[in-house]
Amino acid sequence: MSATGSRAVGGGALGRLERLPLRRIVLTALSIGVLVAVVYGSYRTLTLPAGQRYSASAWRDFIVLGIAQGAVYALIALGYTLVYGILRMINFAHGEVFMAGAFSSYFFADAWKDSGFMDDRTWLSLVLLVLIAMGVSVLVAVLLERIAYRPLRGAPRLVPLITAIGASLFLQNTFRGLFGSQTKGYPKPTALEGTWTILGIPIQKVQVIVLVVATVSMIALTLFVARTKTGKSMRAAAEDQEIASLMGIDVDRVIVTTFIIGGMLAGIAGVLFALTFGNISYFMGFAPGITAFTAAVLGGIGSISGAAIGGLTIGLLQSVGPALLLTGANVPSPFQLKDVVTFAILILVLVFRPGGILGTGEAEKV
Amino acid sequence: MRKRNRLALFALLGALTLVAAACADEDEGGAETGATGGTGTTGAAVDCEADPFGCVEVGAGEPITVGTLLAISGDVAFLGLDSQYGVELAVDYLDGAFDGTPGQIAGHDVSLVNEDDGCSAEGGQAGATKLAANTQMVAVIGTSCSSAALGVADKILADQGIMLISPSNTNPNLTAEGVTTGFYARTAHNDKIQGAIVADFAYDELGATSAATINDESPYADALAAVFRSVFESKGGTITTFEAIQSSDTDFKPLLTSIAEQSPDVLYFPDFNPACALITSQAADIPGLADTALIGSDGCADPSFTETAGAAADGAYISQPDTSAFTQGDFYQNDFLPAYEELVGDTPTAAFHAHSFDAMNILADAIEAVAVQNDDGSLTIPRTALKDAVLATSGYEGITGTITCDALGDCATLVTIGVYQVPDVPFDDPQAKPVFSETKSLADVAA
Repeated sequence: MSATGSRAVGGGALGRLERLPLRRIVLTALSIGVLVAVVYGSYRTLTLPAGQRYSASAWRDFIVLGIAQGAVYALIALGYTLVYGILRMINFAHGEVFMAGAFSSYFFADAWKDSGFMDDRTWLSLVLLVLIAMGVSVLVAVLLERIAYRPLRGAPRLVPLITAIGASLFLQNTFRGLFGSQTKGYPKPTALEGTWTILGIPIQKVQVIVLVVATVSMIALTLFVARTKTGKSMRAAAEDQEIASLMGIDVDRVIVTTFIIGGMLAGIAGVLFALTFGNISYFMGFAPGITAFTAAVLGGIGSISGAAIGGLTIGLLQSVGPALLLTGANVPSPFQLKDVVTFAILILVLVFRPGGILGTGEAEKV
Repeated sequence: MRKRNRLALFALLGALTLVAAACADEDEGGAETGATGGTGTTGAAVDCEADPFGCVEVGAGEPITVGTLLAISGDVAFLGLDSQYGVELAVDYLDGAFDGTPGQIAGHDVSLVNEDDGCSAEGGQAGATKLAANTQMVAVIGTSCSSAALGVADKILADQGIMLISPSNTNPNLTAEGVTTGFYARTAHNDKIQGAIVADFAYDELGATSAATINDESPYADALAAVFRSVFESKGGTITTFEAIQSSDTDFKPLLTSIAEQSPDVLYFPDFNPACALITSQAADIPGLADTALIGSDGCADPSFTETAGAAADGAYISQPDTSAFTQGDFYQNDFLPAYEELVGDTPTAAFHAHSFDAMNILADAIEAVAVQNDDGSLTIPRTALKDAVLATSGYEGITGTITCDALGDCATLVTIGVYQVPDVPFDDPQAKPVFSETKSLADVAA
């Protein structure tokens, strides 16, 4: 199995080089190394003496935390994957679309918390916050598409990529300039403090809401793409834009719809993220953006269920990974290395399945 | 052919410019050392040639240039701006009154050049380089954060013989034998004292026998947590875990879950905001930490802590200089505080405005002591003599107490650290009283 299959550009001499056993040997050796580290670390952690071992409730907490975080990453990853599916372009500014939604909902959340509206009518205020966040995120996404990406439709692949990065920086610093660089505390409704016991497991109320909302959103999206006419147009345009436009599909409308849907999901993710972590700042979109993009690639870029699976996987890796793999190996401060663990596993997966978990098994050139 | 000629011309111009710049510097240096050596009307003859860093010549009617290098932007702006206001008030008070008109040192106005230390090594380097490039710079009040000073600003300024006096650096290494640059002093406490006092609070006052610590990547947090751990252990306590985070992290739940497993009595996180505030608010969601006392230190002590952590902050402890030792004083209550509010429009947001006020005053006194008035009205300030004068400060009655600097640069030798409990905290309420307060000297903790 060659790692860059039929899509590799410039076959010929390069193709012959790729079939050299040395490259395969090195890659396989590295993957085996990571695999051994994983197994060794897990074994050591699980066989720690009783006083130092994590209790069952701790593992439960890690897993639930990982799934809740993963759900938020999945929502953001969906935005990346949808846009990539149609435009074959990574929308690096998507993290800022997410930030814009969360940030705008903050002002209302803060005001409503102070006035007591948030605690009196918790569900209503939450719904309104999500709608506000969705609205702003959609607005930013549509403006991005119209101003930054549409004029560059036919340009070489690198150009919209750089534009996306530029747009991302522009949005970050606009929010910073307008609202300051301070991290702001996002208020939590009193009704959402504490835990609910579901199936005998105490789960944070906020986490339950995150899971429910994220699941509902993803199901809604899947149904939309699979059953409705617009969804069908989106799938057609993702397969082949030219033929789709020949078939009478307004590709421009489809692309705008894609950005709108991505924006809506990012807005929802924004409020969920803010409720989970309790803070927002102009820079909050950067790290989740990269993580979500990684999740999309891990799950198979261009695939919706891939984004969901990728998001969940990364969320779990970040939460359970350091605890499981590093504590037993006596690594000090294991949680500092959560990104190391996550990306090491990512490399492991991509070496064997370059297209991602749900990908075709072949590499995609981005 | 023409292109090559033009290129050669530009290259030549460039080279000439570089040579001119290099020569200019030498000439200025020459003028400094050449024009002095005169016997002033105050003090004996000053020999600038002998002083390894030369002298600063302040012309007649020219201001004395003093710089500030403080954290005036970003999440720690509360800390730096607060100190900067203290310096500005000190300049105002040089004439003996808070009247809004700045006073003078040795008959010359004071010109403040304010730079940002960014609470990081990069910021400290950028700011210090800028200040050090100014040959008229006499001294700098700064930095806010130890990360900007240690090995960075202190070295850059010491290389030019510019005295650095910090109102809020607390990392012990800055005044450690063999590490300190010599051109450094501070009116803030040495963290060897703060770490020991927090350990005393946890062990003696709270009765804790186990503790976990979380520090970030800054030298300030690292050293303070280390001092706490060693003192806590020497008193008989156990450290269950010591963890590290990045100051930019926002997700602490897995870390806190892991810490909760060991059920420590105390969780000590001497970090900066927003990490402090986020640890506090997220710890509220971890049932395993319900009985764990949360303690932060002066890096957490600004209004954004209570703002960002909200209701979860209630009951948390924060250690910082015990300002009630002097806020109850007559001068502070009736003169300094009203003048601060007049200047800023708000009550103080951090603990070190009085320290920076004292630092500026110590500097002013030292300048008056060593500066030589020349017949033409100019002032000659020898750099090494100025440094020596600052370090020789003894028995100075400042707002923060009686200040006597030791040879290594620690001027706050007798320090009172207070532990406050939210919501009764000085950055939200200047009249707040600590729940625990202890006074130690460096000699007590020198071990």
